[in-house]
Amino acid sequence: MSPDGTLPDWTEGGEGLAFARCRSCGDIQYFRRPFCPACGSEDLGVEAASGRGTVHAVTVVARAPSPDLQAHAPYGLALVDAREGFRFMAHCPPEGIAIGDPVRTTFRAFGTGLVPFVTPENHP
Amino acid sequence: MSRITGIGLTPFGRLPGLSTLDLMSRAATDALADAGLERCEIDGLITGYSTTHPHLMLSTVFAEHFGLRPAYAHAIQLGGATGFALVMLAHLMVEAGAARRILVVAGENRLSGQSRDAAIQTLAQVGHPTYEVPLGPTIPAYYGLVASRYAHAHGIDDHAELAVLMRANAARTPGAHLSEPITAAMVRESKSIAAPLRLLDCCPVSDGGAAFVIERDDPARRGPGIRGAAQAHTHQHVSAAASLTAFGAGDAAARALAQGGIALADIRYAAIYDSFTITLAILLEEIGLAPRGAAGRLAREGHFSPGGAMPLNTHGGLLSYGHCGVGGAMAHLAETVRQMRGEAGPRQVEAPALALLHGDGGVLSSHVSLVLENGR
Repeated sequence: MSPDGTLPDWTEGGEGLAFARCRSCGDIQYFRRPFCPACGSEDLGVEAASGRGTVHAVTVVARAPSPDLQAHAPYGLALVDAREGFRFMAHCPPEGIAIGDPVRTTFRAFGTGLVPFVTPENHP
Repeated sequence: MSRITGIGLTPFGRLPGLSTLDLMSRAATDALADAGLERCEIDGLITGYSTTHPHLMLSTVFAEHFGLRPAYAHAIQLGGATGFALVMLAHLMVEAGAARRILVVAGENRLSGQSRDAAIQTLAQVGHPTYEVPLGPTIPAYYGLVASRYAHAHGIDDHAELAVLMRANAARTPGAHLSEPITAAMVRESKSIAAPLRLLDCCPVSDGGAAFVIERDDPARRGPGIRGAAQAHTHQHVSAAASLTAFGAGDAAARALAQGGIALADIRYAAIYDSFTITLAILLEEIGLAPRGAAGRLAREGHFSPGGAMPLNTHGGLLSYGHCGVGGAMAHLAETVRQMRGEAGPRQVEAPALALLHGDGGVLSSHVSLVLENGR
């Protein structure tokens, strides 16, 4: 499912959050390129993230960017600091979530694909 | 040093029937007339971009349309930072001797030339195409995320006073898109767009155009001089920003001031990008024109009012004069020039000796600062 055919990744329709770690300098990237932006090495290892992290920022989209997505509004959007050391954008509940909350990740259908959906760890 | 010898600024708002090239032409005509120049005296042309007129070569499309045969032409794309980036490039080029008189021009029928849905959708595409756009963010959502972090750091989740000030300023400015008075309560009760941002925290989408003539310093020519110009680029996408509370604005402004040997304390007028109230608050604070967390309080106390210590966007800014894309921030510079010349009519402040201008593009990711000195 991932570009190297081993790990599921939501950007390709799979239920997973993948990232890459540079085997040369250790730099971690979420926005994937075929090289390390820190040192230029092309020796990257793709890993599956746990989906656990902490909310860094959060908003609620009341006005969606297109009429087809407006049916989903309001929807929460968060920037989440993953335990593995990268930041990712995810959907979240529009209420009951705040900066600093520990979260876990599932995936839900949105638009034409799957997107990460984070909920507070203490929610059932 | 370079000098701004001509300005052109159209009204902003709904201007039906005018295309990108029409709006650019109107602004350029006004700037040339203001500078007392003919087309043949322009040897450089620098333009921005237009979402309603996407083209590989907008600068030469405009040159042909308007009747220019410049020795140098260039179109720049840097989001909201474009307007001041055009001015900075013109400044560098005339200082380097690569051109003598450069026309800088932008315009767009961003409101009338497409549906509001199309405008919002186009702008949202500045997000990462794989990791952000599929989640349905909007430009206000990117800034809503930033605003949530500001609220977390400072315990302040609204800057209604900045919106009220921009509207009051616009009410004294002919050609402003929005001039009906608003109160802080109206801002706080307006409909939510991307929490904590509400409708009146957001600039409108407008039609409009703006242009300048920028020339090499010449004792025979009058106009404010550009004493410093600097940029900083820290990231593109909000997910990749190293910090949501510290950006490159302070760095760019400090280097622009240092070029002219000017202290921030000597600045008497501020023209700061204000796509959202949170944008304006963060930029004012990062540049040092307000302590961290205090932009809203200073606005409430009148510090940034026309009669205050640091008049700010006296034309009404993007929040109320309007935002037509590249020309949006250029209106801040046109107003600064008018204030320096003493031509700002009922909103004239004491003509400032020195002004600081700052624009940002993307999600506080691209920064351009300019320092202007009142000319002879």
